Amino acid sequence: MTISRKAWQYSRSRLTQLSEQPASGVPVDVRVCGLHKRYGDVTAVDGVDLEVAKGEFFTMLGPSGSGKTTTLRMIAGFERPDAGTIELGGKDVSSLPPFDRDVNTVFQDYALFPHMTVQENVEYGLRVKKLPRAERRNRAKEVLRVVRLEEYGGRKPGQLSGGQRQRVALARAIVNTPRALLLDEPLGALDLKLRQELQIELKQVQQKLGMTFIYVTHDQEEALTMSDRIAVFNEGKIVQVGKPAEVYEHPASEFIAGFIGVSNVIERDGRRITVRPEKIRVLEDGALPDEGTRVEEGTVRDVQYVGPVTRYHVSLDQGGDLQILTQNLEETSTEVLALEGRRVRLAWRPEQESVIGEREGVPA
Amino acid sequence: MTSVAGIEPPPHRSVGRRLSAWLYRWPGVRLGALLAAPFSWIVVLYLGSLAVLLVSAFWQLDTFTGEVVHQPTLKNFQTIVEVPVYRTIALRTIAMAVAVTVACALLAFPIAYTMARLASKQMRRLLLVAILIPLWASYLVKVYSWRVILGEEGVLNWLLEPFGATGPGYSITGTWLVFTYLWLPYMILPLYAGLERIPSSLLEASSDLGARSGRTFFRVVLPLVFPALVVGSIFTFSLTLGDYITPEVVSSTQFIGNVIYDNVGVANNLPLAAAYAFVPISVMVVYLLLARRAGAFENL
Repeated sequence: MTISRKAWQYSRSRLTQLSEQPASGVPVDVRVCGLHKRYGDVTAVDGVDLEVAKGEFFTMLGPSGSGKTTTLRMIAGFERPDAGTIELGGKDVSSLPPFDRDVNTVFQDYALFPHMTVQENVEYGLRVKKLPRAERRNRAKEVLRVVRLEEYGGRKPGQLSGGQRQRVALARAIVNTPRALLLDEPLGALDLKLRQELQIELKQVQQKLGMTFIYVTHDQEEALTMSDRIAVFNEGKIVQVGKPAEVYEHPASEFIAGFIGVSNVIERDGRRITVRPEKIRVLEDGALPDEGTRVEEGTVRDVQYVGPVTRYHVSLDQGGDLQILTQNLEETSTEVLALEGRRVRLAWRPEQESVIGEREGVPA
Repeated sequence: MTSVAGIEPPPHRSVGRRLSAWLYRWPGVRLGALLAAPFSWIVVLYLGSLAVLLVSAFWQLDTFTGEVVHQPTLKNFQTIVEVPVYRTIALRTIAMAVAVTVACALLAFPIAYTMARLASKQMRRLLLVAILIPLWASYLVKVYSWRVILGEEGVLNWLLEPFGATGPGYSITGTWLVFTYLWLPYMILPLYAGLERIPSSLLEASSDLGARSGRTFFRVVLPLVFPALVVGSIFTFSLTLGDYITPEVVSSTQFIGNVIYDNVGVANNLPLAAAYAFVPISVMVVYLLLARRAGAFENL
């Protein structure tokens, strides 16, 4: 077991190392080095480094006040960093104003010009670049088709629904074909169903255009659904970078484990480990666990029937609590609720757990 | 009957409570009671006296007896159109109102912008108080203090002397200066409110889309703050059109207000004064119609 653990840890560290950088061979579109920003006594961004490859969907995920939006605003040029550099396509743009940077932003409140029509909003950036009228028309028409709003060019933003406004904001930004598109919680103001629809739509647009997206969100599900890579922010620092599956299944700290999903941390042999609730199996009475699996015994303290799944809270005999999530394939609610107070044996494979470091920064 | 036993008896129905309940059932009466006093004030006293004024414009003064003849005639209007001095004074007053409004807008915009966008909370409060304090002082005090400032031996000439210049003195320029000083707060306050309502993300979006400050100002800020600008200009424009004290105190030039005042007080020709009052009123009506056409009241 110890051997396999070492082998796994080795492979895991290699895996993380690889995905912390964009895949080799692909040019880097956005590079941020040693970014710092303070507001009075508050340190908003405390040494952020990141590289985003061309065509990548890169998400900055973190709780409010973790520095993700400030980092995005510094890339856009709305805030000036106290220290550090920002490169776009290899060119240092740290001291350039927003209007001289080849990036465009989709704002959280959409920031559509209320006195202009949808068409005029979309053409704004092209008009600034003094493109001929016919070309402006064509390109605006084209992006409005991409966001499925070709019929709405003559309307004012006030006559559109939230989801439509969001798509106009997207069209207004992508029509300029920027080197990178910066999205600041673009779906934050929409209800859940619309948000899920637009997540898919945004991802499709991004893949179709092959455009670099830097996406800020505090919604972990959104980040996992859409991203090529995720950078998890906490207290002004990036605490982990990786592909969605890596960040989710192998969180580097208790904070990340808790922020992306349920923290599920127990202490064994002086080490703190975490395992995702859906990876834990409940063993049948008398069933023998597979070779090398971890087995823990405990008592079911609480059962929550949530329709498609059931959530169990189990107190372990060796100390600690774990949450377990099982799909309700065959079970009825009566059956699963009857498990409350019963003794159970839990099992999971060692590669499904993660050893985590420090305890600090646990979300409340 | 037993089922009712558990329910509390209805509360004691006092007269006030019964009245409230009655008014609740008759919302029209409630609205009437609320609006009776202010509504009759506006209709009877305000619009009523205005109507009397306008009607009297069609009467005539018997120059021999000094009595007002209650016979409808257009003679007063003929006088103000045909006598060149009335035309000159009307045009001068309108030009003054335009000049004051433009000066107020140009001065107010940077101040309002600073207050709404750049200043810290403390600085904003300080500026707001600084703008409001002059409004607490009496209008006459301010005008007479300007008389002192503009005088031959006044502060302005004393300040300009080292540079070899002299102030405008008691003149049209001096009047323009004083009007601009007097009405500036009435322009700053609506502009400040209008600018504060523009979300900063709109300015960021404009910049993000490649626009420099100039374009952002003309394409985004100005169109959005335009209604506020119109509100402010209605104040500065109409206040200048109707004022007769300031020109009296700091210049010897005649404006519409002076003509009306002199006809009411000195010449005792009330009908002519009333007819001349038509000029600023119709100018304001035209002004408001133009503003409405420009879309200034769409978001009111």
